Amino acid sequence: MSRISRAELERIARLARLRLDDAEAEDARQRLDAILDYVAQLDLVDTTGVPATAHVIPLATPTREDVPGVLLAPELAVANAPAARGSAFTVPRVLDDEAQG
Amino acid sequence: MSQASEAETASELAAQLAAGSLRARALVERSFARLDALDPQLHAFLFTRRAAALSEADESDARRARGQARSALDGLPIALKDNIVQAGEPASCASRILAGYVSPFDATVVERLRGAGLVIVGRTNLDEFAMGSSTENSCAGPTRNPWDLERSPGGSSGGSAAAVAAGIVPAALGSDTGGSIRQPAALCGVVGMKPTYGRVSRYGLVAFASSLDQIGPLAHTAADCALLLETIAGHDPKDSTSLPEPAPSLSQALSGEVSGLTLGLLREADDPSGVAPGVRVRVHGAVAELERAGAKLRDVSLPHVRHAIAAYYLIATAEASSNLARYDGVRYGHRAADAPGGITALYERTRGEGFGAEVKRRILLGTYVLSAGYYDAYYKKAQQVRTLLRRDFEAAFAGCDAIVLPTTPETAFRLGEKLSDPLALYLSDVFTVSANLAGLPGVSVPCGLDAGLPVGLQILGRPLEDATVLRIADAYQRRSAHHRARPPR
Repeated sequence: MSRISRAELERIARLARLRLDDAEAEDARQRLDAILDYVAQLDLVDTTGVPATAHVIPLATPTREDVPGVLLAPELAVANAPAARGSAFTVPRVLDDEAQG
Repeated sequence: MSQASEAETASELAAQLAAGSLRARALVERSFARLDALDPQLHAFLFTRRAAALSEADESDARRARGQARSALDGLPIALKDNIVQAGEPASCASRILAGYVSPFDATVVERLRGAGLVIVGRTNLDEFAMGSSTENSCAGPTRNPWDLERSPGGSSGGSAAAVAAGIVPAALGSDTGGSIRQPAALCGVVGMKPTYGRVSRYGLVAFASSLDQIGPLAHTAADCALLLETIAGHDPKDSTSLPEPAPSLSQALSGEVSGLTLGLLREADDPSGVAPGVRVRVHGAVAELERAGAKLRDVSLPHVRHAIAAYYLIATAEASSNLARYDGVRYGHRAADAPGGITALYERTRGEGFGAEVKRRILLGTYVLSAGYYDAYYKKAQQVRTLLRRDFEAAFAGCDAIVLPTTPETAFRLGEKLSDPLALYLSDVFTVSANLAGLPGVSVPCGLDAGLPVGLQILGRPLEDATVLRIADAYQRRSAHHRARPPR
């Protein structure tokens, strides 16, 4: 029995902003199925009352004085941009995006 | 196998530089001569910086002549894995999506290496975004193992391990998220060290799984790794997960002594059904040598280690799916040609074209396990198992100072052998991922050849006890010559 349907795979791909062709999507679905079969072993581990470890060292957000420093120059910040105008990144229209699907 | 004299250790080369019997210029020229001779077959390097490196070598020689060497390693050539950025240099992570990218800044480790006078000669191949254990998931093609060109060097730091093993550079940096320094070090017959999580700044390391990633050195000896780790370690205000503790002096801890230390032989990693006989025999031989040197032995068990791979792949892919969201075709890297559909379509096409198959699979798995309805069943469950594994380690370390086990269950596999079954390749990380989940320091040391292929002994320590694992590795190397073996050539 498969754990992930093709429709489910396509839903995940949309969430991940990944365009997949048919062959890629089917290959990914089968391999994800195999991996999810494998990780199902964790269901056998009793984790009642066990806290989750997100990070191995105690993490607190460090604070520092808000002092001006040397930052990335705007021309360097856009130097790798596929499309830029002056010191700005350019993208296709955003506001009509929802309407266009 | 030959006892090549030209591939000396970093410490030996540093002594020659200090004595004035060797110049940095000659050393860097030697690196490029070996690279020119060997890399067409090995493909360990993605980028080189020959002119800059030679000029920096001259500057190093000038400093030495003035008596102003910046460190013991001033003038030593080193290679960087291509996911550690250097200002003005490319950083492709072996991905099409970063083709043409040039970093505007230095990673903290690069600043520290250059501050100590080391000469960066080039950037080494890896699995795309460090996702893999064979260096075959590289958009530029695989790296080959110097011991057998038909075999994988391991991965993902396979280029760094192959470059050191082949004597192109005496040292390299890699990154280790689930074994990506230790496993290729083992398969290529060099020493590879994953420091305690937080010991080395991740600033400028392209993120894969932020709670697991750690930069570390590869070289021929534990003593070399200690020198390199001293150079790059320490708190960095640019990485809020870097440890506030001052980096310890590691070299001074290398006493050559292991008497008084107790080594835990991991029962789960000593199962004849899970470890190749040739690997098991050599690891037992190395442990026996440490026992003769005065270490006490005892059996230890980590009951949850059998679930480590499952927990690791859920946590690592979840973090990766979030980290790789930044590749959107807007700020840097590949961008799909304009087409209808607005910005969402641009993202989808850019990422569909730019990422390789394994990276896409991991992003999909990570997105799935973080998505509504699955979070508790997969991601949270994996984090709870991570806690249980940490507790296993705490219990084991109550009775021993370090845990010894094979780095890998088998020696280098053939290129292509595991490509068709990613799960089989994931399972080969069984002995390495636990140290990342628990944040522990771990080192892999050459402990012999099986049918002409290197075997690695892995030593894991308590958090922050980087010095202890290096001390044990160094003590072993003082009593063995396996790290002197060189690939046939």
